[in-house]
Amino acid sequence: MTVFLLRRLVTLLITLMVASLVVFLVLEVIPGDPAAVMLGVSAQPDTLAALRAEMGLDLPATSRYFNWIGGLLVGDMGTSYTYDVPVSELIAERVVVSLPLALFAIVLSTVIAIPVGVLAASHHNKPTDISVMGVSQIAVAIPNFWFAILLILLFAVKLQWFSAGGFAGWQDGFWGGMKSLLLPAVALALPQAAILARVTRSSVLEILGEDFIRTARAKGLGKSAALWRHGVRNALIPVVTIMGLQFSFLLAGTIIIENVFYLPGLGRLIFQAIAQRDLIVVKDLIVLLAATVVLVNFVVDMLYVVIDPRLRAGNHG
Amino acid sequence: MAEIFKKGLRNRSFVIGGVVTLLFILIAAISLLWTPYPFDEVVVSIKLRPPSGDHWLGTDHFGRDVFSMMMVGARNSIVVSIVAVSIGAGFGIPLGALAAARGGWIDEAVMRFNDFTFAFPALLSAVMITALAGPGAINSIIAIGIFNVPVFARLTRGAALPVWQREYIMAARVSGKGGVQITLEHVIPNIASILIVQATIQFALAIIAEAGLSYLGLGTQPPNPSWGKMLSEAQTFMFLAPHLAIFPGVAIAAMVLGLNLLGDGLRDVLDPRLRRQR
Repeated sequence: MTVFLLRRLVTLLITLMVASLVVFLVLEVIPGDPAAVMLGVSAQPDTLAALRAEMGLDLPATSRYFNWIGGLLVGDMGTSYTYDVPVSELIAERVVVSLPLALFAIVLSTVIAIPVGVLAASHHNKPTDISVMGVSQIAVAIPNFWFAILLILLFAVKLQWFSAGGFAGWQDGFWGGMKSLLLPAVALALPQAAILARVTRSSVLEILGEDFIRTARAKGLGKSAALWRHGVRNALIPVVTIMGLQFSFLLAGTIIIENVFYLPGLGRLIFQAIAQRDLIVVKDLIVLLAATVVLVNFVVDMLYVVIDPRLRAGNHG
Repeated sequence: MAEIFKKGLRNRSFVIGGVVTLLFILIAAISLLWTPYPFDEVVVSIKLRPPSGDHWLGTDHFGRDVFSMMMVGARNSIVVSIVAVSIGAGFGIPLGALAAARGGWIDEAVMRFNDFTFAFPALLSAVMITALAGPGAINSIIAIGIFNVPVFARLTRGAALPVWQREYIMAARVSGKGGVQITLEHVIPNIASILIVQATIQFALAIIAEAGLSYLGLGTQPPNPSWGKMLSEAQTFMFLAPHLAIFPGVAIAAMVLGLNLLGDGLRDVLDPRLRRQR
């Protein structure tokens, strides 16, 4: 068990290091002079020199890389060239939109998918199951940003229940903020829920054929009690795996959905930074997002141990 | 081959998915020779018209014919996706096959490379490339391609490992064949069906990724139409011409649904052991 944990931790650190190195190489070394990229061809020589000095471009690349990483580790992400404020401040302002949105979408998709998947499995090959499979097949095919546009068309343009975009902020209370995030979260959750429901269904179906379910039934437990008390927990491992793998899609989805709804989150920030060629912000954000994907998958690995007590016994190490 | 096709005709998913996919490929091919109107013909006097006999799917804010744009959009979407998936398969399959054949540190290195590329969803790679080189179809191909490499590498390795334990591989080894020859002659043909099914699924994902990147302005650039770009332009005119936000989305969803059904059907036809529980 400990060996398994340590091995995963070492892999995590190496992955993070390589990811940061690649981002640094692509955005700081390959362009030759990142200051020139940021300021464009019409830049004045003195402005260029000032930015070069600010970015520490006179230092060798290795020192710059280690300075950057050292800074990241203590929360110093540099200063945005466009906004002239610390990047960490920009991120802190935006993360209060992106993080609740992502969490809201995960909760929504899980709350929808697991009962639906279990329901389909418990009605295997019956009309309920066939309808769930059909709807989920269609839902998987619908791109989330198009679904988002359809939601805007229906709820903002036609019914006028919600605004077509923007974020009211949290200052008016929790529900005011959540109302702005509801449509985006639904748009993000739909394809995720469809995939999760399908995985839950096939996982539960597999478990239903196992001996311990038969034993539970033989002991007099009803079908649904056996299913929920013994089946679902065991069926959750593949579901959690897929949730971890889907996280990178969710992250990419968040970036797109924030742009569809004009939400001032990290996804919008990264696009504004690209448009303004603010490589300092782009570099920090990409590493931050890549690190989030890696960390979430690490947490998912750890979750197996919580879900499956057999792993705690030391089978893995 | 003929037998597989015969078996396929009895599989509903295969038939529906195949017909839909072929239809889109056919539309894309026809767009090379003919479209109802030139896709870039601007006629401002007929802008934002709803569907009619003259313009089957209406016109956009420049008065361009939406149906013609969607035909050319199908072509762009399919080309970007095919090339991106080919890049993923072209690098991923040899890497996975190498890892399975050699094992040891090469296997470990390939798997760690997979972990690392996994940290960069296609969108992040595209953002990074765009920040450096500007937006464009080529960049979206590279970004989607990079994301596909670990998918194929992981799958190939996983499928090839048990094949290497088979007796006929041992026999091939004894007869003096090298690793590359065994991989090409025995391993790849044995796992081809799994790879073909995955390629279909990745193709569907690439269609969505391409549309997403174009929606954000990172993919196909104007005046070349793409379904994703059409949707982002439609959003601006949603109150005036809601129909513009419908058709490109239907096309993306139909194409992806078709490919997913084809993938499911192929899985059942090519390898019944992989058949999902129904």
